This record gives sequence, structure tokens and C-alpha cells, in this order.
Amino acid sequence: MWQYSLYYELLYLTDYQQIMNKKTAQPLPRSFSGHLDAANHVRGQSIYVDDLPEYAGTLYARVFYSPVAHGRILRLEVEEAEQVEGVARIFTFRDIPGENQIGNIVQDEPLLAEEEVHYIGQPIALIVAVSPEAAEKARKLIRVEIEELPAVTEPREAYRQGQLLHGSRKFEMGDVAAAFSRCRYIFEGAAHTGGQEHVYLEPQGAYAVPREGKVFIHSSTQGPTQVQRAAARVLGLSMNQVEVDVTRLGGGFGGKEDQASPWAAMVALAAHVLKKPVKYILSRHEDLLMTGKRHAYDSDYRIGLDENLKIIAYEATFYQNGGAAADLSPAVLERTLFHATNSYYVPNARLTAHCCRTNIAPSTAFRGFGGPQGMFVIEAAIHHAARELGVAPLDIQQKNLFEDGQEFPYGQVIKDSEARHCWMENIERNNLHQLRAEIREYNAAHRLSKKGMHLMPVCFGISFTNTMMNHARALVHVYSDGSVGFSTGAVEMGQGASTKLMQVAAREFGLRLDQVRIETTNTTRVANTSPSAASATSDLNGKALQDACGQIRERLFAILREEMGLEEIAGLQLRNNVVFANDSQLDMSWRELVQLAFTRRINLSAKGHYATPEIHFDKQKEKGHPFAYHVFGAAALLCTVDCLRGTYAFDAVHIVHDFGSSMNAGVDLGQVEGGLVQGIGWMTMEHLQHTPEGRLLSQTLSNYKIPDIYAVPREVSVRFLGSEGSEHAIYKSKTTGEPPLMYGIGAYFALYDAILAFNPGAARLYHAPMTPERVLGLLYEA
Amino acid sequence: MVEFYLNNQKIRTAASPGSALLDLIRREQGLTGTKLVCKEGECAACAVLVGSLQDGRVKYQNMCSCIMPLANAQGRHIVTIEGINLSELTPVQQAIVDCHGSQCGFCTPGFVVSLSGALLTDHRPGYEQLLRAIDGNICRCTGYKSIERAVQRIAEELPKENYGLEMLIREGYLPSYFSTMPEKLQAINKPPEASQAGQFPVFLGGGTDLLVQAPEKVAHSPVQPVSELPALRGVREEGGRCIIGAATTATELEQSTVFQSVLNPDDGFFHLLSSSPIRNMSTVGGNLINASPIGDFTILFLALDSHIRLRGPAGERTLPLKEFYLDYKKMDRKPEEYLAAVEFEIPQKEVCFSFEKVSTRRNLDIASVNTAAAIAIDENNIIRTLHLSAGGVGPIPMYLHQTVSFLRGKELSEANLKKAVAVMQEEIAPISDARGTAEYKRMLLRQLVLAHFQKAAPEMEMIDILKLMK
Repeated sequence: MWQYSLYYELLYLTDYQQIMNKKTAQPLPRSFSGHLDAANHVRGQSIYVDDLPEYAGTLYARVFYSPVAHGRILRLEVEEAEQVEGVARIFTFRDIPGENQIGNIVQDEPLLAEEEVHYIGQPIALIVAVSPEAAEKARKLIRVEIEELPAVTEPREAYRQGQLLHGSRKFEMGDVAAAFSRCRYIFEGAAHTGGQEHVYLEPQGAYAVPREGKVFIHSSTQGPTQVQRAAARVLGLSMNQVEVDVTRLGGGFGGKEDQASPWAAMVALAAHVLKKPVKYILSRHEDLLMTGKRHAYDSDYRIGLDENLKIIAYEATFYQNGGAAADLSPAVLERTLFHATNSYYVPNARLTAHCCRTNIAPSTAFRGFGGPQGMFVIEAAIHHAARELGVAPLDIQQKNLFEDGQEFPYGQVIKDSEARHCWMENIERNNLHQLRAEIREYNAAHRLSKKGMHLMPVCFGISFTNTMMNHARALVHVYSDGSVGFSTGAVEMGQGASTKLMQVAAREFGLRLDQVRIETTNTTRVANTSPSAASATSDLNGKALQDACGQIRERLFAILREEMGLEEIAGLQLRNNVVFANDSQLDMSWRELVQLAFTRRINLSAKGHYATPEIHFDKQKEKGHPFAYHVFGAAALLCTVDCLRGTYAFDAVHIVHDFGSSMNAGVDLGQVEGGLVQGIGWMTMEHLQHTPEGRLLSQTLSNYKIPDIYAVPREVSVRFLGSEGSEHAIYKSKTTGEPPLMYGIGAYFALYDAILAFNPGAARLYHAPMTPERVLGLLYEA
Repeated sequence: MVEFYLNNQKIRTAASPGSALLDLIRREQGLTGTKLVCKEGECAACAVLVGSLQDGRVKYQNMCSCIMPLANAQGRHIVTIEGINLSELTPVQQAIVDCHGSQCGFCTPGFVVSLSGALLTDHRPGYEQLLRAIDGNICRCTGYKSIERAVQRIAEELPKENYGLEMLIREGYLPSYFSTMPEKLQAINKPPEASQAGQFPVFLGGGTDLLVQAPEKVAHSPVQPVSELPALRGVREEGGRCIIGAATTATELEQSTVFQSVLNPDDGFFHLLSSSPIRNMSTVGGNLINASPIGDFTILFLALDSHIRLRGPAGERTLPLKEFYLDYKKMDRKPEEYLAAVEFEIPQKEVCFSFEKVSTRRNLDIASVNTAAAIAIDENNIIRTLHLSAGGVGPIPMYLHQTVSFLRGKELSEANLKKAVAVMQEEIAPISDARGTAEYKRMLLRQLVLAHFQKAAPEMEMIDILKLMK
């Protein structure tokens, strides 16, 4: 019963203050804190796709992919490879019974290349064999002759050539031209942010098993329905002939939102045709080479301020490096526009974005989903203005933070803005003005070592920007012994969705956590799901689950009233496994109540549904109310730069974050810290590089570095802002998945601050990541 | 046949000795707690403990099973997460759970294994030591702060009395079968059969380069694990010379007081050198023979003006390391020869030895540029001794002959350093690649060479160094 005792301890005994950072002065909300999967994780007993017991006769797949970035396939020879012992079959596009198409938003992506290839790593053929080794051997014997065509890797160049994946978008508010003519100061420039590899530790993979004419797929995906749809389409089956099941993911971060589909569709194809179980787990090298990353962006900005440093006008043009197919790029592009002004009120704005087609792997979702790319640019514009005007960026930032009643360029009017609240709390509680003075002193005393600081605000909208995706369902069974099992559309990928949902079920029925169980995410139990993305998973699925639990609860109360003649008594509640009426305990336990209902033939199962109210967006006018609510925060990042070597370290990060009424402080804190470090990685060491010919240089983990334990800030403090929370958030506990990543943007500007202390004449360069190479360049080049 | 213990189970396998241990663990034995992530030793999600019998006791180290050749498991105790689990969570596991140090869970078993292994020392480890044990474990979810808190708690909770295996078993840190391992290993501790005759075997060190670069070749070749050649192990001092067996691992070298006395402690050489699981596996000889233009050991030994001993059927020969590298990955070595040792004269007290390395990530990363120097400046400010090496600035790990001969015997002055830098820029030929542009590498080497001189002559005004950089 170790599990029980552990849960019990976590539930009732954990001293939050003790386990949280000592700097968190404010007591954390009294609620469950922890990750319910952790006890299995630490024992290595959690199951991922590659850990499932294999069926006898399982075959293994490998992909033969394009060696060139752009070209026409003249000839493909697989005969020799087919002769390799153990090879069951080599599939090309000709073997696809349904449609050779996996494009989601735009139908522009074949599963297996037909006449042309558009990036290095594009799948051309699928090899299926009795062992991964045999498949690998065969792969080396496939020959392809390709007539090479010119490749484009830069989005600006693609735009010049008219290579767009999707129509361009423009958000406008106020009269931008007139506003610029009124500005006292105008600054313009360019910015770049690099791509980012997800490095989910569990590589992409899927395992398909044929079952009486239908296909059962175990997939490491954030979007089971996407996988189901893609596989059905490729196989020419209807969706009810494809069942997708997900236990959990070893990390996703957006990389398995759309891009888990190809591998699942491939094994489904092979399993369906060969009538055998087929598995494909990508090697890290294949994963790095064949899957898309965070979008790199090239951008232009123009910012106008009045004499009081109020931003009067802002104009930005974004050139998104979308890669070779649309994938989720149009949606990512949209979020760039939504977040292009971050936490700042800009009365006159013109924001334009182009989805550029290049010859690299299709770029895809990554935590923040275009938001960070937009925020970096306005942060750069403000930094530029501050430097030219001889003021601190903070002087401009603080004057322009969002206030209630102000409008975003997309038409939504903000209410319950915590932007200034987080900002001022951070400055006051962390004594930032004092820290600034200390930095000045340190810099005066050290010639070859300089410190820097930057305060980074974040305002992130919660909801899928595509309104129709904001709905979810849950299926709840109360078993006759009183235990509860339920399913939702949420995928657990480390973010704690399962834990929060178990908390919902337990709370709605007044049970302990060990009395409820969350099942795998399965398309036959919960259908037509939106992917676990957009930070919306716990809210959407939690509210659907709440609905289902509520239905059962009401049925139980009805039978109780009937049985006990309690018709007149209101205020029935389920708490601590007992029924309460008007706060007094009845002689009826949960289990007795369930058994009673069962004998009375009451339905103890329910399907719940939730669709976010109020939200809407008109893509013609580019105006509306797309977000259920916004999450706010501010992070102060402090760093030290070694001005001899161009290396650096982060001394501290102080965060004030708006969690609303956090329902799980441990999980939420983990999201903030993890997001922060991922964001710092994106801004500093994660240097994704392609050659001009479209070859990925960062094709191994020895060539692409993510933060290790010594690379993270020495100190991270997180203050939970005392805010009400939104009623659109489950239990008013605001979601935490994506917003903290954008705190990392402050890393770039903190480093810049230190660099300028050494070399006040350093070039103006808004080109992330700030690698040691760029730092050394800025330190010593004028 | 390779014979060893996997957790509490004896394994005798005919699998290829050059294949990766992880394949056996996951695919043959079905122990899925150990995860396959990178096959490069970059993340330690595949970490296992490797116990070796030494003087009647088993000494444990964490290693990356994804690139560990099965041959190196011979006679050893391999521990996976399944071999650590007890009916209750161990205090290590409990700390990670309570401090929220696990999110997606894919990296977690590797952290537990590395931390549990770090407890198996003679002395109660502290926070820093425990942290160091997970310096090769990558986590993408947590941002590590919760893991740091867990490590803090583990360190605080470790009992102080009677520290050792017995206590760890009694307190539920490890299963009791650990105490039976010395006896069990004793029974199988014999070297593997000799490799097939008539073929030169692949000499296999830790496998940390070979199993990354050519796993299939190694899996299908006869192999000779150098760890089975006792003559090649260890560090010794002989007549003022330090002699290091080629099979000495980085960790063994780190533990050598003779070798440590040569290094500048502030340089943190071993800290900059990969990660603990890799240091536990990788050998000095492997690093030199890999011939990477940027090998950290190679650069270090070049500036110590080392010699190497090559052994072959015709006997042994000695040659200066700086003459060993001929061109990119080409060495003055015959196929039948193997590296036996590297040796150098222990520098005199007045010599300042300095190692510098800059990489995109400070730890467990390949350098953009690395360089080492041995510098002695006499009372007249004359540079009496000078050796200077640089990696990442040419096709081979370079001994900077021209720069050295320009500066040696000259006065340490701003003007001379400036000229030396100019000579150096003529001597090197960096290329642009994933680790930086050629221009950056030139600039960086200049900075790092100045850093050497700053250490050798700390009385030099900072301002002089600054001027030199312009």
C-alpha cells in the first residue's frame, strides 16, 4: 500500500512552505501539491510506447528520407533493399490505399514523397522488417536519383520569391500613419529569433496492431484525434476503424501535436497491409532530422513614443520560417500577432505576418506557439528606444503596461489585468532598485566581469485561437464499489494534466485521490478531441469532467432525497466519503450511496461536455474576443558575463506569476521553473543551425545543447501573486503550461545589459540566441 | 560469452561483445525502466550502475548503457532502476517525488540510478558531490530546480552514523542483495576469452567515441577491451615523470594526486570534461586515438609536452605527442599498434599550467576552442618555459610551434604578446562549423591565450590585457 500512504502523506501532511523555495514569502494555496505519476516515474515503472510488451511477430519500421533539400525524384530503386533478409516490405506512396496526405490546416503534405522532395529528411519510403537492424540495413541499399532544385532556407528570401504557405495576416488598431506623425521619437530596426528543437526525451514513435479489420495504434501523441484522422485518411478507412490510445508522453512541448501523426500513419499503413503488428520508434538522429522545430522568425519593427515615453504607435512585420509544409504554421503565425504587443498597451498598431515556405522540415508547435517570437520583437524595439534615449528599458516598459479597459490590437478589451500588479510586486518584493544599484557598484569595481539585469513582463492569452477547438468531453464511471474511473481527451506529457484531473474527480465526489483513477486517452472513449496544447488542457477537460461528475452527483442526490424523504432538504454535499446536508453529516457514506443507486438501477456513468463560453474571433475583420482569460507575470533575470572569454551565467531569476487560485502548487511551480529554463535555453545556448543548402547542422544532441543542471540560474524564486483567478479556469486555477517560457526572453536583454556595461558602443543586435560567440562579438566589436 | 550480474540475476550471453549494453537490458531482458534517448551518452536517461570488484569490495560508478560495449560488463555488477526498487520508495525516490523533481518521467530513472550510485562511497556524500553525480543527466521538463531541492533533501537526510553499504541497506536506500555481490562477482571474475586469431581486434576503451561513431562496425568486429589489459591502467610517477596507462579512465585520472598536482585547480579541468558517467567510461588513450582536433585530453597533454608509447608486434616505440597527428584523423600509427601510455615530465613549481575551454554550454559540451599552456616567467620578466596548444583551430589538435618559438626567451610585454598573437593567427586555420565561425574561433583563441598569460602573470594590469584585445 505504498501508493496509498504516499498519496495520504501528500494530501494531508506536505508542508508546502518547506518544499518550495525559501524566497516564496507568501504562503502557497492550501491544496494538493504534487504529481501523481511521480511515484511510478521514480521506479521506472511508467509505461511509454516503447515499453509496451510486444506481440509475437512484431515488425519494425524505418524511413528512407530525402538526402537533398529540394528536388525532383527521377528514380527510386528499392529492389536491392527488398532482398535483405528479414525485410517484409518496402512501402512507397504507390502503396497507400487512401489519400497520401497528412496536412491538417492546409492539404500540402504527403505522407511519402511522390514526385518532389522539399526538405532533407522528408520521408520517401517506409521499410518494414523483422528487426530494426534489418530495416536499417535495407535503408542503406535504397537508391534515389534526384534532380536538385534551388533550396531556400531564409524566410525573407522565400517571401521575395512569393513562396508562402498560407495567406498573410494583418492586425490593425487605431490610425498608425497619423500616430507616427505625432510621435516625438521613432526607432526602427530588425530582429531575429532562431528555431528551437523540442528535445522531448522520449522520441517520436508509434505501434500499430491490426484488429479484425480495424487498426489499433499506440502513439506518443498530444493529439490522439489528429493521429486517428491522419491514419484513417491514409488507409482510406473511416474514423471508427482506427482506435488511438495514449498512456503518456515522455515530453511533448508541442512537438507531438501534429508531428506525431506521420509515424503513426506509417505503422498503421504497414500493419493494415501486412496484417502484423508494426512498431516505429525514431532514433534521436532521425527525430532531429525529420521533425520540425520552433519557427525561426525574421522581423522588422518601428516604434514611436511621445515625450513621456508612452508608446503611441508600433508597426511590425514578421517573416515566419514555416519550413516545407504548412503544418501548424498559420496558427502559430496568428498567435504571433495576438502577442506582438505582449503586456503593453499600444493604441495604434499595425502587425503583419507572412508564413514563408522554405526547404527545411516543416516548423511546428512549440510551447508559446508563436507568442514568444512576437514578444521578442517588441522587447527589442523598447530596448532599442531606451538605449537611444539614454533611459533604462524599465522606464519605458513600466509606463506602457496594460490596464483594465484597454484594448488589444485584436479587439479584446482586457479585464482583470494583473500586468502592473505583477510588475510592481516584483520590483518591491525583490528590491530590484537596490539590486540595480548593487549591479552598478559591481560593474564599477570589475573590469573583466559585468553583471546585467532585465525585467520581463508576460501576458499570454488562454484558449485555442481557433475558437472551434475550445471544447472537450469526459467519460466518468462510478463502479458499484464506489471507486471511480474516468477518461478525458487530455494527454499526460509531464505537465500534470492527469494529476489535476484526478483532483477534479476526487473533489467533485468528495473522495480521496486514491479512490479515483484516470484511464489512458483513447479515441473510442472520448472522441473528436482537441490536442493537449494551447495551455488549455486542464481547463477544457477539467470542466468537462466537472460536468460529468456533476451529472452523476445530481442523480445520486435525487435517489437519496427520494429514499430518505429529504425532498425539502437542500445543500447536499459530498465530502470525505460521506454525504452532508447543510454542513451536517448524514448517516450515509459515499459507498453506501453508490450501492443504493446501483440497486435502484441508476446510471452511474456520465459523459460531460464543455465548450468555452464568450470567445469568438472574426478572421475577416481580425477582431474579436479570442481568449477566455489572460495569464500575467514578470521575471527579473540577473546574469554575469565573463568579458575576457565571452561566457556567462545566470545568477538569479525572480518571478512574480499570476496563478489565480492554484489548485496544485507543486505542478504549477514545476511548469514555471521548467518553462523559464526552456525559454532561457532558446535565448542562449540552443543554437539551431542549417547550412544554406538546407542541411541541419544540429543533427545530434552533441551539436545541439539544451540546459543541463549547471546551466540553470543559481537561484530561482517564484512568488504566487494573490489574485482572484478567472472563472474560465478550472477552480479559478489559471493554467501554467506556456506563459513561463517567455520569461526566458529576458535572458537576452539581461546579457545585453551586462555587455553594454563593458562596451557601451556595442553594436545593436537583436539576433537570438545570444551564444558565447555573439557575446564575444558584441563585447569587442564596435 | 560475456558473463556478469544484471541486478540480482546472473547473465551469460552470446550477444556481440561490441554491442550496446542497453540493447540487452531493454530488448533481451525486457527491463524497460532504462530509457533509450540519444545513443550518444548525452543525456544519461540510460544510466546504469557498473560495479567492479576491487580488493574484495564492489565499487560502483554510473555509466551510459546506450554506448557501453557489452564486453565492458564482463565480471561486473550492472544495476538498473529495477535493481534499486524496493517495496517502498527509497529515500532518493521519495525526495524526488516530494520535491516535484519528476514531470514526464522519461529522464527520472536515470537520475535515481545516478544519485543512488553516488551514495555508494566510503564517505557520506554532500550536496555538491550528489549534484556532480547527475551532471550528465538531462531533464527537459523541470528546469532542475526541483531536482536540486530533492538532492538537497537527500544530502540532509543521509544518516551520519556508520556510513556505508550496510547502513544504506538497513535504511532502505538499496536492496539487501547488494551485500552479496562481492562473493557473486568473485565467482565469475575472469577475463573474457581471447579474441579471434589472425585478425586485429578493435581496441575498445570506454566506447564513448566508438559506439557513437561506428556502433555497427564495433558490434560486428572482434574486440579487445583495454580494461582487461592491466598493464595499461593507472597513473604512476617515475623519476619526475608522470606515466599514464592508456586505459586509465578520466575518473581515475581525476583521482590521481600526482596528476591533480599538475593542474591549476581554478581551471576546473575535469568539470569541463564531459560528464561523470562519461568520465567513468572514457579512457585517456581513447581520447588521444580518437584524434579529434578538439579533444580536451589531447590539448592538455600537448601543452605538457607529452610523449606517447605505441606498442605493436615489433615492440614499443615512443614519440612526441606533437608529432603524432599528421592530418585530420590521421596518425602516425600502424593498424597493429595500440597506444600503451602517455607520459610527461612533471612541470617545475614555477611553471604555471593553464587550461581554457569555451563551449556553447559550459559543461558536457564540445569546445568551440580549447587551449592549454605551460608558462614560466623568470625574475627578469623573460618567458623561460612555454608550451602552447590549441584545439578547434585546425584539422589536428595543434601544438603552436611558431607562436611558442616566437615567445620563448622573450620578455613578457604588451608588444611581444601582440606580435605573438599575430604569429598565432598565421599559424592556425580554423573553419566555420556548428561550433562557431572561423572568425570567432580566431578571436576566442586570442582571448583564451591572454587568459593563460593573465594567470601566469597576475600582476599584469588588467588594462594591458584589455588594450591587447583591441
